[in-house]
Amino acid sequence: MSTRLDVKKTYKLFIGGKFPRSESGRYLPAKSPAGGQLDNFAHASRKDFRDAVVAARAAVDGWSKATAYNRGQILYRAAEMLQNRATELVNEIARSTGVSAAKAKREVTLAIDRLVHFAGWTDKYSQIFSSVNPVATSHFNFTTPEPTGVVVVLAPDEPSLLALVSLTAPVILSGNAAIVISSEKFPLPAATFAEILATSDLPGGVVNILTGKRGELVPHIAGHMDVNAIVDGAGVPDISVKLQAGTAINLKRYAKHSPAPADWFTAKVEDPYWILDTVEFKTAWHPIGV
Amino acid sequence: MAEERAAAFTKRSIKTSAKLAGLKMVVSMMDLTTLEGKDTPGKVAYLCRKALQPADPKYNVPTCAAVCVYPNMVKYARKFLGENSPVHVASVATGFPSGQFPLPTKLNEVRRAVADGADEVDMVINRCAFLAGDHAKVFDEIAATKEASGPAHLKVILETGELVTYDNVRLASEIAMQAGADFIKTSTGKVSPAATMPVTLVMLEAIRDYFFATGVRIGMKPAGGIRNAKQALHYLVMVKETLGDDWLTPGLFRFGASTLLNDVLMQIAKTVDGNYQGPDYFSLP
Repeated sequence: MSTRLDVKKTYKLFIGGKFPRSESGRYLPAKSPAGGQLDNFAHASRKDFRDAVVAARAAVDGWSKATAYNRGQILYRAAEMLQNRATELVNEIARSTGVSAAKAKREVTLAIDRLVHFAGWTDKYSQIFSSVNPVATSHFNFTTPEPTGVVVVLAPDEPSLLALVSLTAPVILSGNAAIVISSEKFPLPAATFAEILATSDLPGGVVNILTGKRGELVPHIAGHMDVNAIVDGAGVPDISVKLQAGTAINLKRYAKHSPAPADWFTAKVEDPYWILDTVEFKTAWHPIGV
Repeated sequence: MAEERAAAFTKRSIKTSAKLAGLKMVVSMMDLTTLEGKDTPGKVAYLCRKALQPADPKYNVPTCAAVCVYPNMVKYARKFLGENSPVHVASVATGFPSGQFPLPTKLNEVRRAVADGADEVDMVINRCAFLAGDHAKVFDEIAATKEASGPAHLKVILETGELVTYDNVRLASEIAMQAGADFIKTSTGKVSPAATMPVTLVMLEAIRDYFFATGVRIGMKPAGGIRNAKQALHYLVMVKETLGDDWLTPGLFRFGASTLLNDVLMQIAKTVDGNYQGPDYFSLP
């Protein structure tokens, strides 16, 4: 009997709840730390990014109008699904990055906890960050946060899963839709996470995950007029400069988070103020006493 | 069969300067349309302004071919555009969209629209008579409408979504052209499916055969369902490869659309400026 050929998986992109190949047809090999080929993954092009923006824009309307309670339920459901398939992700992280199974398990467990943490914020952040403002006229004046719309999230190389989850959850919990550019060095955990999200009740398009090379997408991210904000967690100085230079022309929101790699594992990144990176405040003047 | 042939026209690669020229041609062929019960003189004035100056002058975009409105709105459109405007006023008529009205009522409506200043009349055929087999009545109504519209150009809407078969579309096209249509038009936009590439191809071929038989050039207007720039370019390819360059002019080819314009403008801006555009930066459709 002939030897069995090994089946190499090609991880695809996650756009609008579907798993398309890159429009460009390109893919890249995922290498283990020892240099052996693990699998292949899609190499996203600018047109894939454009398609992801269209999918995210289409998703914003329904997602932002879902009740806060419902958004919380769905994020919690995502944590449940992640819990259910934790072993798969542990294995993915361990073989991609070469860390021990115990360390990989710690990352996955924290990612689950972080989703639960931010799921709880969906119906609380607006009370905490809203205000009733004293004004001199006979108005009831109050300020409330609303989601900004379509947000691009750039994840750092490490920790490939935990940082991605920690950056994305505060963006989507308020009702934004996110396009996440995964770790460039270790994209497989993000691609597996996409497969988990697809079965988690999260409406298609709320989270879109692109793998490939960040540098190639950066000018299009910065220049796209239908992207409302960028959360830059990539931790690459050159990329940050290019993003900020690009957003200077169209004034989209830009927020940067580059905690030390070890800090991703601490409560420092469970920061509710990150939610404010991607909301707009609306102030209403309601006449009273007339 | 028609489906496969129409699908072949979507395979052409049109990039950079050819794409830009094509997109501008699409704008120049557009009948910017508002056909709703909630139309107001203000909405019509807005539409006229948009047709006259679709985009920022730096993009050098031509004016649209026409605004297409209900008969009651014709006088407002004419007032806003003035006489001798580069943008024509087109009026739907003859009991649009159903056409289920007595002929004298329909003809009266046409005369009034023309008197109010319509340059073009978009009539609907009597589908009731057509489907009942009374083709002579369909012919007579079109001929009578042609007479009533006088100097105005007559576009005949077949409402292909209600004609069911391609054979019917072909027959209705021939009836319309022989009865005096200047243009034949696919749909009202109120019935689904509206314009599709296969049905437009059937009509283009009817126009081609009519030209070979008589030497008369009849115009074509697909309307409804063409929502993005890419689709519009596919239609231009189909016209060019079926009828030739002669038809690539607003005088012989039009798009009936409302939301299409903004997508075309976004594509033009993308081609010129290099970055992807968002609808927040363009006027309402």
